[in-house]
Amino acid sequence: MHEFTTNLPVYREAIRQTLSIVGVSLAAGGVLGLALGLVLYATRPGNLLGNRAVFLAVNVLVNVVRPVPFVIFITAIQPLMLHTIGTTIGTGAVTFALSLSAAFAISRIVEQNLLTVDPGVVEAARATGARPVGILLTVLIPEALGPLVLGYTFIFVAIVDMSAQAGLFGGGGLGDFAITYGSQRYNWPVVYITVATIVVLVQAGQFLGNWLARRALRR
Amino acid sequence: MAADSPPPAVPEPKPEPEQKPGPEPEPEPGPQPAEVHVRFDRVGKTFPGKGRGAAPHVALRDVSLEIRRGEVFGVIGHSGAGKSTLVRLVNGLETPTAGRVHVGPHELTALGEKGRREVRRDIGMVFQQFNLFRSRTVAGNVAYPLKVAGVRQPERDRRVARLLDFVGLLDRAHDHPEQLSGGQKQRVGIARALATEPSLLLADEATSALDPETTGEVLALLRQVNRELGVTIVIITHELDVIRSVADRVAVLDSGRVAETGSVYDVFARPRTEAAARFVGATLRDRPSAQTLARLRARHTGRLVTVRVRDDQGGFQTRLARTFLDHQVAADIVFGGISELQERPVGSLTFALTGPGGAVDAALVALRADGVDLAEEEEA
Repeated sequence: MHEFTTNLPVYREAIRQTLSIVGVSLAAGGVLGLALGLVLYATRPGNLLGNRAVFLAVNVLVNVVRPVPFVIFITAIQPLMLHTIGTTIGTGAVTFALSLSAAFAISRIVEQNLLTVDPGVVEAARATGARPVGILLTVLIPEALGPLVLGYTFIFVAIVDMSAQAGLFGGGGLGDFAITYGSQRYNWPVVYITVATIVVLVQAGQFLGNWLARRALRR
Repeated sequence: MAADSPPPAVPEPKPEPEQKPGPEPEPEPGPQPAEVHVRFDRVGKTFPGKGRGAAPHVALRDVSLEIRRGEVFGVIGHSGAGKSTLVRLVNGLETPTAGRVHVGPHELTALGEKGRREVRRDIGMVFQQFNLFRSRTVAGNVAYPLKVAGVRQPERDRRVARLLDFVGLLDRAHDHPEQLSGGQKQRVGIARALATEPSLLLADEATSALDPETTGEVLALLRQVNRELGVTIVIITHELDVIRSVADRVAVLDSGRVAETGSVYDVFARPRTEAAARFVGATLRDRPSAQTLARLRARHTGRLVTVRVRDDQGGFQTRLARTFLDHQVAADIVFGGISELQERPVGSLTFALTGPGGAVDAALVALRADGVDLAEEEEA
């Protein structure tokens, strides 16, 4: 067991890094993705703020960015990162790229879930004289809250997955720890304990997401 | 909920004494000058075709209507006749592609979206599928239009309590819509529509998703809204019972056109157009259908003649009996029905007439001369 315990301080640091990368990315990407998703939903022709030009532009942008694998995405946006945060490596850089990548994925999940809200409910809100932005924030998001929470939970797991590649860019984290201290040194206890840690992290997130969604759906 | 503040039993009526309807409903809104609340002036609405190359859909064409303040105005017609589109033009949820729509002093068609939103706050709307906010409680649903209108606490709570009391659901304030029955949901819908004390209420097939008994309750509530609060109601329906029990005047919509407008009794007892006659026949079910006529012909040898029953045809049965007797015509009643509309009789009776050569014709001539409204059922 000492193969693992000697690495305990590094392990703790790796957990802290992963939690930080995942937490910040989920929050920042979540807000940005929500905004993008609302734009996609609202500007769809015939909808609350129907605007074909904006819808097509955002739609194409999302479709272009989303299929790019994260490793390639983070490389591709290095000029942007240099310009905005001044670096292309480290935890900050990884978090920045991950936030952006997550935002595009979340935008689709938000759009899809808002589209499932009964148009009649939106019409009822319009009939009261409510403004479109007000309807988006006070009717559509609350009405779709349960599925939205489940969607965010799904993205949380995807972010944990992508964060494993942070090590490639000096971002640290559990993925980096498992490779550098584990597999590259044939230290299998480190690998398995790291895998177990990630499983626990994902399970905890999923459990929390399910619980919150159940509360939102009152089931 | 502001349980400590004594809620008045009903929302205060609008302070418009001269426009308030009297305790007795006018059976025939007579020639007295009534203020026009909603006016459609040659309104048309065409939807672009769905999908590439699809033909545009003409929902309404050349619709002109006047809805008077304080009345219950019914819009009837088969599904697809354009009823739902018409009611959505009143609160600007849809905009017409031709003509003008006036609501009170506003010309809706001259306003931008912002101006239409202002007008909408004085118009309530109830829906066939209720369209309640599932994420909000009963009280939250009723409070929503008040929030939109900027009504602050504690006034908002007070008004919500008063409205829920009015529709008889004060004890369900903290429940969610899915815990309610259909009739209760629609009562919440009505309370929500009345929250901002609008002068106009639009009801789009408000009872079509309800069973007959619950329909009765909701209609009674709508009648109360009209009589006690003086709210003008535009009610869209394909159900005769709805028109029978609440409407003062109706417009019959047929393929996007107004076939006929008039008092409920006039339109049902004396439909002047083919479209109105067809709709009335289908809802009153007092006229034999083509299939029924074929069966009647097979069963009876005589000529089939249908007599309309109306309040201006008093004593017509005696006259019929005497005329048939005088002409030695045997008359069997083979189909028909008489019911009441606005407390006046309406319906028709179909006779099978047999008699010696020329006697039936002579009897029909005599009856027509006597003012009896009759029509021979033509051979198919």
